[in-house]
Amino acid sequence: MKARVQVMLKTGVLDPQGEAVRHALGSLGFDGVEGVRQGKVIEIDLAETDKAKAEEAVKQMCEKLLANTVIESYTVEIA
Amino acid sequence: MKAAVVVFPGSNCDRDLKVAFENAGADVTMVWHKDTQMPSGIDVIGVPGGFSFGDYLRCGAIAANSPICQSVIAHAEKGGYVLGICNGFQVLTETGLLPGVLLRNGGLKYVCKAVDLKVETADSAYTSGYSEGDRITIPIAHHDGNYYADEDTLKRLNDENRVAFRYVQNPNGSLQDIAGILSENRRVLGMMPHPERMADPLHGNTEGRILFNSLVDQLQTA
Repeated sequence: MKARVQVMLKTGVLDPQGEAVRHALGSLGFDGVEGVRQGKVIEIDLAETDKAKAEEAVKQMCEKLLANTVIESYTVEIA
Repeated sequence: MKAAVVVFPGSNCDRDLKVAFENAGADVTMVWHKDTQMPSGIDVIGVPGGFSFGDYLRCGAIAANSPICQSVIAHAEKGGYVLGICNGFQVLTETGLLPGVLLRNGGLKYVCKAVDLKVETADSAYTSGYSEGDRITIPIAHHDGNYYADEDTLKRLNDENRVAFRYVQNPNGSLQDIAGILSENRRVLGMMPHPERMADPLHGNTEGRILFNSLVDQLQTA
């Protein structure tokens, strides 16, 4: 199975990279960009064939390594 | 007094840290990240600066999950001393030994310069050689030194007098100008500035050396 993990900074945590991208879009002439948040996507190939087990395993990976839950939230999609 | 310095792939301040410990009178053993055990009788573990594992994923995250870090955590949980500098501070927050996290600098730029720090507490083995309120000059060199913690954590750090150093002029956006913090038992210190780079007359000043001297003195008499 394949898992797709999206990690984003939590609301309220300043994202200086997102802010820099927002400024750059503005200076390129894209009007009306009111906010940009930058995160990361991690794709994982799994040997597991049971969807529920795969999801549980990936959530543990997120808690232990892939996200720092002090500042980041994550979502997991299994396909 | 015995010190260990952990070496990760990408550490680059490990030998400077070794020299700083040695000049203060410590016996130093270098410990590789794949080792699973500390040498016996270690009093303090130094987690050095650098770019462990290329700063992949998040600064310090992969190092914090390396085999040796289990024994760093065990050492701290037994009441041992741990000093994390720069990337070492990032590793200690990722292990959970220190609260909060170091985000990308507010100005997005890597900042490498000597900065003024205010010593916020002399109540730790690391800072007992200073007086509260002292101004010292120590270099910083980092891209991700922007200290962040939630309000409850910040309040607890302040209430328990666990902020060791603050920047006089905030270089990176750190909340409350925080440059270094102590654990609850005051034996784990994480700081972004590099005291080992101001520890020899040839460095320009020796204000960082005071930290190593007071730590070694306290542990030798303990």
